[in-house]
Amino acid sequence: MTSGTPVPDDPTAGAPGTAATVVLGEQDVARALTRIAHEILERNKGGHDLVVLGIPTRGVPLAQRLAARLAAVEPGLVAEHLVGSLDVTMYRDDLAQHPTRTIGATSVPAGGIDGKVVVLVDDVLYSGRTIRAALDALNDLGRPRAVQLAALVDRGHRELPIRADFVGKNLPTSTAERVRVLLAETDGRTAVVIEGGGAR
Amino acid sequence: MRHLLSTTDLDRAAAVRVLDTAAQMAATQGRQIKKLPTLRGRTVVNLFFEDSTRTRISFETAAKRLSADVINFSAKGSSVSKGESLKDTALTLQAMGADAIVIRHQASGAPHTLAHAGWTDAAVVNAGDGMHQHPTQALLDAFTLRRHLAGDAGNPDGVGRDLAGLHVAIVGDVLHSRVARSNVDLLHTLGARVTLVAPPTLLPVGVGPWPAAVSYRLDDVLAQGPDAVMMLRVQRERMSTAGGGFFPSPLEYTRLYGLDARRLATLPDHSIVLHPGPMNRGLEISADAADSPRAVIVEQVANGVAVRMAVLYLLLAGDGDTGAAPATGAVPALTSVPTTATEVSPR
Amino acid sequence: MTTQYLLKDVAPLGGEPTDVLVAGGLVAAVGAGAGDAAENAPDDLHVIDATGMVLLPGLVDLHTHLREPGREDAETVASGTRAAAAGGFTAVHAMANTTPTQDTAGVVEQVWRLGREAGWVDVHPVGAVSVGLAGEHLAELAAMADSAARVRVFSDDGKCVHDPVLMRRALEYTKAFDGVVAQHAQEPRLTEGAQMHEGVVSAEIGLAGWPAVAEEAIIARDVLLAEHVGARLHVCHLSTAGSVELVRWAKSRGIDVTAEVTPHHLVLTDEEARGYDPVFKVNPPLRTQADVDAVRAGLADGTIDIVATDHAPHTREDKDCEWAAAAFGMTGLETALSVVQQTMVDTGRMTWADVARVLSENPARIGRVADQGRPLAVGEPANLVLVDPAARRVVVPEQQATAAANSPLRGRELPGRVVATFLRGRATVLDGVPQDDPARPGFAAGRVTP
Repeated sequence: MTSGTPVPDDPTAGAPGTAATVVLGEQDVARALTRIAHEILERNKGGHDLVVLGIPTRGVPLAQRLAARLAAVEPGLVAEHLVGSLDVTMYRDDLAQHPTRTIGATSVPAGGIDGKVVVLVDDVLYSGRTIRAALDALNDLGRPRAVQLAALVDRGHRELPIRADFVGKNLPTSTAERVRVLLAETDGRTAVVIEGGGAR
Repeated sequence: MRHLLSTTDLDRAAAVRVLDTAAQMAATQGRQIKKLPTLRGRTVVNLFFEDSTRTRISFETAAKRLSADVINFSAKGSSVSKGESLKDTALTLQAMGADAIVIRHQASGAPHTLAHAGWTDAAVVNAGDGMHQHPTQALLDAFTLRRHLAGDAGNPDGVGRDLAGLHVAIVGDVLHSRVARSNVDLLHTLGARVTLVAPPTLLPVGVGPWPAAVSYRLDDVLAQGPDAVMMLRVQRERMSTAGGGFFPSPLEYTRLYGLDARRLATLPDHSIVLHPGPMNRGLEISADAADSPRAVIVEQVANGVAVRMAVLYLLLAGDGDTGAAPATGAVPALTSVPTTATEVSPR
Repeated sequence: MTTQYLLKDVAPLGGEPTDVLVAGGLVAAVGAGAGDAAENAPDDLHVIDATGMVLLPGLVDLHTHLREPGREDAETVASGTRAAAAGGFTAVHAMANTTPTQDTAGVVEQVWRLGREAGWVDVHPVGAVSVGLAGEHLAELAAMADSAARVRVFSDDGKCVHDPVLMRRALEYTKAFDGVVAQHAQEPRLTEGAQMHEGVVSAEIGLAGWPAVAEEAIIARDVLLAEHVGARLHVCHLSTAGSVELVRWAKSRGIDVTAEVTPHHLVLTDEEARGYDPVFKVNPPLRTQADVDAVRAGLADGTIDIVATDHAPHTREDKDCEWAAAAFGMTGLETALSVVQQTMVDTGRMTWADVARVLSENPARIGRVADQGRPLAVGEPANLVLVDPAARRVVVPEQQATAAANSPLRGRELPGRVVATFLRGRATVLDGVPQDDPARPGFAAGRVTP
């Protein structure tokens, strides 16, 4: 549960006649994540006290990929000790507007989040409401020293005063369009796709 | 599904979904801050026509941990033939804007009537009705069984799993027990094998079609090495009813159907002991058995809160649109949907 | 001047169509020339085209709860007997469990008088066997028998005369005036707190069970008592396959026993309890399909002598509640004939002549009602019901004549319709509509309490 846009069940199926444009391929996604990993280490002057929490569904494998890159770049970091997941379902402000959502798992590295720098990872940053819920969820888990946000795609249309610290790609869109992040871990292939909304 | 009235309302997928949701709820209950904002603004009424402090507190805790407003309405003694009718009570709660009514009633079917008579729009949760059903008890029992017998290091709660292949013995007053009825149905749905053990006087006429084996001899069943033994409470008033009681004496009952240290020792190492509480120590269960490491009775109480949080969440958190939608991955309350971490979630 | 009725092309007992003239309170003429007899008379002549319709003797119910005196909020003699007429009845036996109990000559005469004033059907009060239905002391049975009500049927219905000594005394004592004890067979200890038939459904839905043996044990005892003292016994609302077997055995021994079944036990089973709708809560309880099959077979082969409604009206508040808190009983006067047609006639088990036997002739004989259940012959009292078996209707309790809405057949489509009912030549129902007569006290719709 990541982006703010409706995503059909089967991410590989485009409705007939719908223009589906691939904006990032597998290599583009890999490069973006590598760049973000470097930016995180640069911003935080290393990997000390870092915790990377993915927001289910697709934020979780993205966080895992990111943690692997962090560990590869920064000596002494172990990916499994950095990474976790943060489910925000029970903190959402739109529960009553949708059919009942399934609650995802929350798991935090053994060291907890108190005093740590938490990097939240989501696939698409849109209205900002998911991140608002994530900040509330985080608040109930502990008190990080700082919270930063990494998003693979920022498509604009913010409804709350929230901004990403690390962005894979800024993607100006119309609200009629749908941005879908596909990941090998969840969808069988990796790509970022824009659908609908007419010509691009 | 809009209500939880009976475990027969749940198919396998729906039951697993409740247990999986409960697992996530249980995870939040190990934290310093246990309260979640999920049901803020919703009102849950605990409507208890029968005393049950334990069940009421469990539901109350569950609702409060989800930030719902809780109203406790004790209507003991006001149902049958005197005082306010169930109908007027329901109309009153409807007028107060109850979103869910958790009802405990001595009359079998009262929750069903409350849900279907058109008196209220609230979701109805059966917290035990007469000799009929106590679905949240069965769900917390199943949750406890799954955690102990279907979980492993990588998946301690057994998320996504059922109870296939397990053998559960349910021992005691099956005749009067809503716990037994709920458990037989749910355990069967989840793939477990159930053996009911009781003196013939405490088994219902008509038990034949139940999806369970029946035995009059506890020692024979324990010799089969069940994975779990669920002891039912034997109420002492069963000694003084028509015909002079359902069994000759508490001593004889204990001798034949009580779980004591000797019987406990015959169980396989992995077997666990459950009891819905409150226990009659020395009658259906000895202190040795109740306090042994394999008794998970206290854990059942903790799991009860998580399971009831899950039920309230599934009934109340969504928009109540439970009819359509699975085609697009929407999740009707309490019905099935895959819940693995890699699912494709609807937006 | 009274109205004469000429029923054209009517089928008496379902036989060959002919014409029947009702005049002077009697069946005045039967046959192709019946109309001629009317022309010579000065009265109004009302001709009914009865093509395709069946003429039966007016129905006699041996088991009706009219609730008055005491529970006029549920039903009155006026509303209940109006419902009876609408259902094709010309006589009903009003059960004794009123408040005060019909256990004295004074109370039975009061009910009898209320019935006369209402004028819809003949009301024959049933006398209580024991004082206050308490099952301890015999009521003054002879006084009730000798009263203006001329009581012949005695019953503690609603409760069982469970004390074997009291039952023996009652059986013996009623011989003096050719009375009959109508037993509500329910062993009380086996049915403490019972809510429904004990079996697969009760085990599953957790309602306290009512074993078949609680009925059968009493019937077995009572037929042996009746044999021993040489008395008449009537078994009320028999409901189980075992009860049918017992009555069959008793009759084969020559024991003077008769038995009744209700319409609801002919058509409904304990499966109905699954929705916990108290409209299906009744005493004796709805049984299994095997029991339904057995009572149908018993009715067809004559083991069961009659169908009696056990019409038990209740107020809404007594049914609009949880099952355990609800009252036992269901209405039946206005659907009984249709249920018998559906379950027995349309299935080929019985003829219309058999219907006349079980709904009119036999109950009149058991109740010792001389002028009811008579043959459809010239000179007989014109207590008649005209039925259109081809009609179909959906049961809407609120549209019935009974003041109560607790029909278990709500929303079901039933065959057959009562077109007209005649009580001693007077039409109480015409065109399916009760003929209210403002001139008579109590002869109005609904709840009139004189």
